[in-house]
Amino acid sequence: MAEHTLKRFDEELERLSSTISEMGGLAETALTQCLVALRQSDSEVAEQVIAADARVDALDIAVQEQTVKLLALRQPMAVDLRVILSSIKIAAALERIADYAKNTAKRTIVLNNVTAPPAAVTGIDRLGRLVRTALKDVLDAFAQGDVAKAHDVWTRDEEIDQVYTGLFRELLTYMMEDPRTITSCTHLLFMAKNIERAGDHVTNIAELVSFRTTGHGFDETRPKGSASLYAAGNAS
Amino acid sequence: MSIASTNGHGLSTAVPVATHAKVDTAGLAEKVSIKNLEFFYGDSRALKGISLSLYANKTTAFIGPSGCGKSTLLRILNRMYDLYPGQRATGDVIFDGDNLLRADQDINLLRARIGMVFQKPTPFPMSIYENIAFGVRLYESLPKAELDARVESALRRAALWDEVKDKLNANGQSLSGGQQQRLCIARTVAVKPEVILFDEPCSALDPISTAKIEELIDELKQDYTIVIVTHNMQQAARVSDFTAFMYLGELIEFGATETLFTTPKDSRTQAYITGRFG
Amino acid sequence: MANASLATTSPRYARRRRRNAVYKTLAWIATGFGLGWLVLILGILLFHGVGGLSLAVFTENTPPPGAAGGLLNAITGSLIITVLAVAIGTPIGILAGTYLAEYGRHDKLSSVVRFINDILLSAPSIVVGLFIYEIMVAPMGHFSGWAGAVALAVIVIPVVVRTTEDMLTLVPDTLREAAASIGLPRALMIMRIAYRAASAGIVTGILLAIARISGETAPLLFTALNNQFFSVNMNQPMPSLPVVIFQFALSPYEEWQKLAWTGALLITVTVLALSVIARSLTSARKSS
Repeated sequence: MAEHTLKRFDEELERLSSTISEMGGLAETALTQCLVALRQSDSEVAEQVIAADARVDALDIAVQEQTVKLLALRQPMAVDLRVILSSIKIAAALERIADYAKNTAKRTIVLNNVTAPPAAVTGIDRLGRLVRTALKDVLDAFAQGDVAKAHDVWTRDEEIDQVYTGLFRELLTYMMEDPRTITSCTHLLFMAKNIERAGDHVTNIAELVSFRTTGHGFDETRPKGSASLYAAGNAS
Repeated sequence: MSIASTNGHGLSTAVPVATHAKVDTAGLAEKVSIKNLEFFYGDSRALKGISLSLYANKTTAFIGPSGCGKSTLLRILNRMYDLYPGQRATGDVIFDGDNLLRADQDINLLRARIGMVFQKPTPFPMSIYENIAFGVRLYESLPKAELDARVESALRRAALWDEVKDKLNANGQSLSGGQQQRLCIARTVAVKPEVILFDEPCSALDPISTAKIEELIDELKQDYTIVIVTHNMQQAARVSDFTAFMYLGELIEFGATETLFTTPKDSRTQAYITGRFG
Repeated sequence: MANASLATTSPRYARRRRRNAVYKTLAWIATGFGLGWLVLILGILLFHGVGGLSLAVFTENTPPPGAAGGLLNAITGSLIITVLAVAIGTPIGILAGTYLAEYGRHDKLSSVVRFINDILLSAPSIVVGLFIYEIMVAPMGHFSGWAGAVALAVIVIPVVVRTTEDMLTLVPDTLREAAASIGLPRALMIMRIAYRAASAGIVTGILLAIARISGETAPLLFTALNNQFFSVNMNQPMPSLPVVIFQFALSPYEEWQKLAWTGALLITVTVLALSVIARSLTSARKSS
């Protein structure tokens, strides 16, 4: 696509884009590091993750300010308008992802005072890695405007949900077997939920990447791998 | 819309044929139907195979860069080009079942049914009252009381009555620019046309006058079919229901305004409305 | 930091100032020269003419040599001939000007007409007089007021054609289009809108034509000749102010010469008044 006749508009859009990329990078790091903290039971790393979240929040506000300014001063149309509007939502999603990483890190600190079933921790780590890879891929798709790549990430949500569902059952099993693990397993359960929610936000970002370029999301209904969880009469 | 036919940014790379977005024309009546319209200034072809519909009681905007032919197209609708030798049009412009391009068309009657407001306000060199009564007297002989009422209703329609009701005998040219333009609108409305054509009506006016006239166009839509040519895209976006984007004498895209300005189908339309042209 | 070339004390600037002063002085001198002659002419006219101004000038006819009298018949004759000339020439001139400006802006006929009109505009008036002599006076066998009026009309026409065309062309096309857009037919548009818009200019043109023919002597010499008696019979020679002045000024009689001065003053004042009115019309138009 050609450049705008007004060069400064292109520069401002570029700035918006790079702010989001920076947020994305920070969210990615947060996610990676909280998994490291979990694996290594490292409270120091966890503290770093918690502290780093402030920067993401600040960038979210910056994106908001930039978009308001662009909307007021540039009267954007068509693709420009979609790009700017989707930026707010993408920033919000990234901010939530970073928050979930922070919450997971917080729980890791608490978890360090109790013993947790190692298999469960591995499960969470696996879930976390899937989401982290998905996040990385969707950020690449965002940077390149690659709708096909975004679609690919979008389809992976099913897999993430399935892993989460499996983890859910696993933790229930542990809790039923040994009531002493209830405390740690509950924390792990919340962490798993956080990571799964982060995965949902990654899927949202994928749809927004499509919206930016085409004006609509992905036509098929979003694949849900967790339907069985909500089926009536399911006690376990 | 398959992703396969897009470029790296997902934009359609389809070319020339005018893109007509799916317009929800379920409840709409076609007031003017243009088919394969061609226009010539002497030997040079200014409009190439234009086909589009103007829907009743809706506002249609023509946008496009300078020289794209939008004013030319507008001026065909009331055969204004007849005033100048060497200009001719071929094709069909069907207005209420009748091709208004045919040679034996009563042009003066046509122009009473399709009125026009111009870029530069041009009040007649007469009093405000006379400006409006003049057109009415051409077609009807009304007693004074009725004529007064007609003048008043036209001025009210143009949101000018309150400002001039005490000085109806003042010269029309003594009003401010925005008022003069509204006077011209009142004059056009007074002869009870069915279609009103606006040729960049606000380009000589300040923002407040512009806003007043845009509001006027919104109200007029209820009783008339409106066509507006504007080089101000935001104005087209604010004011119109349908928009036609033209370039180099061709119709590139025609569709509902909200679709054309959010998800245009043609890459040239997108380039123009986002300021990536030229 | 002062820019050296802008400093008011630089030699370049001083040179410019000096040159400016020289040119300004030259302009003033030229103006004074031109105005001076005008003042001189008016002054001499007033000096010689005012003395002869009396009620008698307007009530008595031209006297025989040596006697006292007035200019009544000459004034009346001039008025009649002028009015008639304008009545004949103006409609033709306006209609022709309208054709040039409205109907035939770019066609061949118009360029020819404009060309001929421009020639007629500066045709020597004595030639016009001779022409009318040939086609009217000779066949009729005698001089007449009609011939005089027609001769002056021939001078009026090109002036009116030119001003009408110019004034109508000044009316913007957007006004015409606006009139067309409410369904006004061409002829009606011209009559009701274009004429109205150009009215001040067209009237000015007519006034200027009148001013022009007020002083024409040569054509009248061959057409209306002159008449020392009061006459309103158009079929006979008609008295007129310019011809009377011509005759009286060349004579050796003192009363005649005085009357000639008075006549010249009258014509000058009339032309002046007409020009002032014409000027005020155009400026009133501009300010509205």
